[in-house]
Parts: sequence; structure tokens; C-alpha cells
Amino acid sequence: MRYFELFGLTPSYQIDLALLNTHYLELQRAVHPDKFAGKSEREKLLAVQKTAEINDALATLKHPVKRAEYILSEKGVDIRAEQQTLQDPAFLMEQMELREALAELPSARDPEAAVEEFEDQIKVLDRKYSQSLAQLLSANDIESLNTAADNIRKLKFVYKLRDELSRIEDTLFD
Amino acid sequence: MAYSNKVIDHVENPRNVGSFDKNDPSVATGMVGAPACGDVMKLQIKVSESGVIEDAKFKTYGCGSAIASSSLVTEWVKGKTLDQASEIKNTDISAELELPPVKIHCSILAEDAIKAAIADYKSKHAK
Repeated sequence: MRYFELFGLTPSYQIDLALLNTHYLELQRAVHPDKFAGKSEREKLLAVQKTAEINDALATLKHPVKRAEYILSEKGVDIRAEQQTLQDPAFLMEQMELREALAELPSARDPEAAVEEFEDQIKVLDRKYSQSLAQLLSANDIESLNTAADNIRKLKFVYKLRDELSRIEDTLFD
Repeated sequence: MAYSNKVIDHVENPRNVGSFDKNDPSVATGMVGAPACGDVMKLQIKVSESGVIEDAKFKTYGCGSAIASSSLVTEWVKGKTLDQASEIKNTDISAELELPPVKIHCSILAEDAIKAAIADYKSKHAK
């Protein structure tokens, strides 16, 4: 898998983020435009393209959901541009209730405590859908990959909750 | 991104927001979500004994286009039979609301929500 190879990492959902960052900085230095000041236009262009690729790879591997989607797509199940809807009534009902709770959070008696409590709920959900991803994404059978895809889709809703929470936090405490 | 006037109208004055009692046998619920943006939509219909949708309500957590799509659909389904309502296409919704291509999934969400509600009604009344 090209993005992992770029940084000399073993393709896996579980990655060493510190190592990723170290290798990123090394690569970035190697292709920095300053180093190509006296070189030909073609070499300059290649360096710029390489920089763009390194940045794309970093952004993909750093983000847990994007990393998972990338591995999945490399295994032949690409869900990154899909427009199909999720229809899991129990999961969606829970999401609906969480979004309702989130909307009422600013009027809680102790908003700070309510935010903390909500963060804990998000952590539990995050763990629920990401804990088996490393194993599922290392498999090659379609059943495991489809289960991984389902978990990733649900994880996206959990990340949405997290985004919404930090948006509310910004309005509450700034 | 600029919303069309129709989207803005639905966002500022959403029609039929709310919930019915889900234990009412004439009520059916469709729940759908869009993983791409994390939007969640609940659409409920109240169906008469002759199979006509008498009333509809929605609750949507999402962007303006998702809210407008569900609001519009609750207006459209009223007075329709279940079969007529199941013929509503996302392309009708996106055309009416002048949704840009990146927001087409919001109209798909609304189409799937009405289909899910109809399926829920049919499974409730299958016995």
C-alpha cells in the first residue's frame, strides 16, 4: 500500500503516529523546494508533486477514519465516495437521541460537567466501533471487510458527534 | 455555499417538524443516516385505514439541504397513497430545491427515509 510504503510503515490500522510524523518530516525535508532552487523546471515540478503526495498520505494515515477507508479501498472495498444511506434503526435511534442531548447541552445546569459526560459517551462509542477494526482490516475475506465497512460508516457518525460537541464547546466557553 | 431560496425558506420555516407517538398503530417511522456527512433523519407518517398518508412529521440533524429535503417530502407525501409516496424520487427533490451536485445525497436521504417509513408501515401491518 503506497501511502504506508512512502513512510516506511507496515500497512496496518494500528500505526505509530510518532514514527509517522518523524518519517514525514524527513521526507518533507528531502523534497523541500529550497533544495531544488538551482535544479531544472522538471525536477522542481517533480518535487512539488512529491510534496503534495506526501501531504495527502499524511492526512490520510493520520486520521483514523480516513486511514481505515484507505486500507479498505486498497483491499477492493471503496466506500469513500458512496452516497448510499445507512439504515440501522437501533443505531440511528441512538444517534438521534445523542444529537437531541447535544442540542440541549448548552442549557444544562452544569454545562462543563455535561460536556465531560458527553465526551465519555463518545469515547465509549468510538471504542465500540474501532476496537475490532485492526483485526477486520487485516483480513482479506469479503465478510470481514464488509463488517469493517459497516463499523467505519458508524464511526463517521461518532466523529460527527465529536465535531458538533467541540462546536458547542466553542460557543459555551469562549 | 449558496443555498437556493427554496432551501432557505424550508430552513427558516420548516414544515411539519416533530414526532408522532410511535406506538400508535397508524404511525410508521423511517430512520436513515448519511455516513458521508453524519446527518440523521427521522420521518414519520400517519396512515389512514384506506392506506392514505394523512400526516407526516420529521426531525433532521444535518445541513440546510437535508432539513429542506425532509421538510419538502413531508409536504409532498400528505394525501398520497403509500404506493404514490414510494414513487417520490430523489431527483424530484433535488430539482425542486435546486440542490448542487455535492448535496444530492441529502435528497437521497429524504427518498430513503420515506421508503423506510413505508416499509415500516407494511411490516407493522403484515400480520
